[in-house]
Amino acid sequence: MIVRTGQQIIASGRYQTLNPWLEVEKIREDFPIFKEKIYGKPLVYLDNAATTQKPQSVIDATIHFYSRDNSNIHRGVHLLSQRATEAYEHARVKVQRFLNAAESREIIFVRSVTEAINLVAQTYGRKHVEAGDEVLISAMEHHSNIVPWQMLCEEKGAALRVIPINDDGELLLEEYEKLLNSQTRLVAVVHLSNALGTINPVKEIIEMAHQWKVPVLVDGAQAAAHLEVDVQDLDCDFYAFSGHKLYGPTGVGILYGKADLLDSLPPYQGGGDMIRSVTFEKTIYNVLPYKFEAGTPNVAGGIGLGVAIDYVNEIGLSNIAAYENELLSYATEQLCGIPRLRFIGTAHQKASVLSFVIEGVHAHDVGTILDQEGIAVRTGHHCAQPVMARFQVPATARASVAFYNTRDEIDVLVKAIHKVIEVFK
Amino acid sequence: MSYLDDLYQEIILDHSKKPRNFKELSDANHKADGYNPLCGDKVSVYLKLEDGFVEDISFMGSGCAISTASASLMTQTLKGKSLGEIETLFKNFHNLVTGKSSASTELGKLAVFHGVSQFPVRVKCATLVWHTLQAAIKSKPETVSTE
Ligand SMILES: Cc1ncc(COP(=O)(O)O)c(C=O)c1O
Repeated sequence: MIVRTGQQIIASGRYQTLNPWLEVEKIREDFPIFKEKIYGKPLVYLDNAATTQKPQSVIDATIHFYSRDNSNIHRGVHLLSQRATEAYEHARVKVQRFLNAAESREIIFVRSVTEAINLVAQTYGRKHVEAGDEVLISAMEHHSNIVPWQMLCEEKGAALRVIPINDDGELLLEEYEKLLNSQTRLVAVVHLSNALGTINPVKEIIEMAHQWKVPVLVDGAQAAAHLEVDVQDLDCDFYAFSGHKLYGPTGVGILYGKADLLDSLPPYQGGGDMIRSVTFEKTIYNVLPYKFEAGTPNVAGGIGLGVAIDYVNEIGLSNIAAYENELLSYATEQLCGIPRLRFIGTAHQKASVLSFVIEGVHAHDVGTILDQEGIAVRTGHHCAQPVMARFQVPATARASVAFYNTRDEIDVLVKAIHKVIEVFK
Repeated sequence: MSYLDDLYQEIILDHSKKPRNFKELSDANHKADGYNPLCGDKVSVYLKLEDGFVEDISFMGSGCAISTASASLMTQTLKGKSLGEIETLFKNFHNLVTGKSSASTELGKLAVFHGVSQFPVRVKCATLVWHTLQAAIKSKPETVSTE
């Protein structure tokens, strides 16, 4: 297998220099978790691809909601219900602006990316995918962007097709082009790979699919926290992300869909809030976005997500991306000097994620030793078993950076990896 | 680093690098596959049982240092043991790695796994091969194909 070394990546000069406007030490004070000690050592949190830490403002917003505004939404004339509804709907508008969606009714609150993808599979998929049709995904998808399509295809007698990747972990666009055909009903691809760190050229992918009049769902679980996303510029049909990976609470996620497309789909779950009128003979469904939001949602979570978006906007995603890029470059440079260490995922366009294996050491043993140093990394298959199979490794260790991480923390990581190698010499 | 030193003892590292009885057993009459979906560790246990005694035992698979060493040392320990003795050993071993009791004398070399008890998430690594062994013992006796 040809794997480009970190040195060569750096030599290609794609990284910018350290952004002087990001005051990381100050930023870290906004995150109470960094006061935590792990086995008496400072926490070095490098598992941001799994979930991100929460700033105090997000925590406060949740507390504020439950202590001051708590009530159900969209159903009471009383003041608290009005306040709660207003705060929740205001959060929807914040998400709309964050993604630059044309209208707020295109923003559907869900539980997570996982639920967003299942929603599309069960509505768009059920309506449009038939026997003999094809759904196209990529070889670097998270299980949540594989299994819902597998379930749909099995039910419908349709075929799941997979766009292959090269040894650097980049999509093969010429293969993608060949896979698109008149039977293709949907393309579902990840924007930023959680296992490899690859940034996919989603705009190009969408353009190519649209030539076949095929809609595209983009899994933005990782991308939302690291890249600027403009759904209108991308012209994507569906875009999904989870609040908890964007410094917000768990249990809230977003599905963006183009209004016309969403309007044409059947509802997902039935229940309260998603109806206009119900008799035992017939139910008339509510308008967007409520048609897809059955039952009492995660109100505090939605409001918290809005506050997380405020926080990110205050720093600015372009500043965040520039800083993280520099940090990723530094980490890549430091790690690639370590003997026996090999990166999995060496795409030209990368963000946040450094997946690696150490020859002769299983990822779990790496994880245990790093943990003893207070370092949190993810080890395992990262819910992307097909990626592990593609690179013929049982598991990798993955460090994923966010804007609150520092060069010092990378140095701690490097030192701890040397310790791993020392133990397993 | 003392907990770590306890976990990754010399003998464990040695067995993880050079696992013993690491092969398929052509005349095995019991076999089972074990899998830990959480970490992807895989192990197959090959067992030749005669009149309730372990005539021969081996394993194959891929996993972390703890699971590989556990499989290697288990196969070494169990040769010639009766099913009754195996049951007692597993119980003692399980108590040892979960910190419920200290090493009993019959555990022998397996006592090196006492360090695992400080790492609750790694208990499954140490016990995977034992659970797989139990499945192998319960499996229908037959000539195991090693193709
Ligand atoms: C690329 C990608 N897609 C989807 C998901 C699923 O996100 P969630 O568990 O929040 O639904 C993840 C989470 O790890 C991810 O990294």
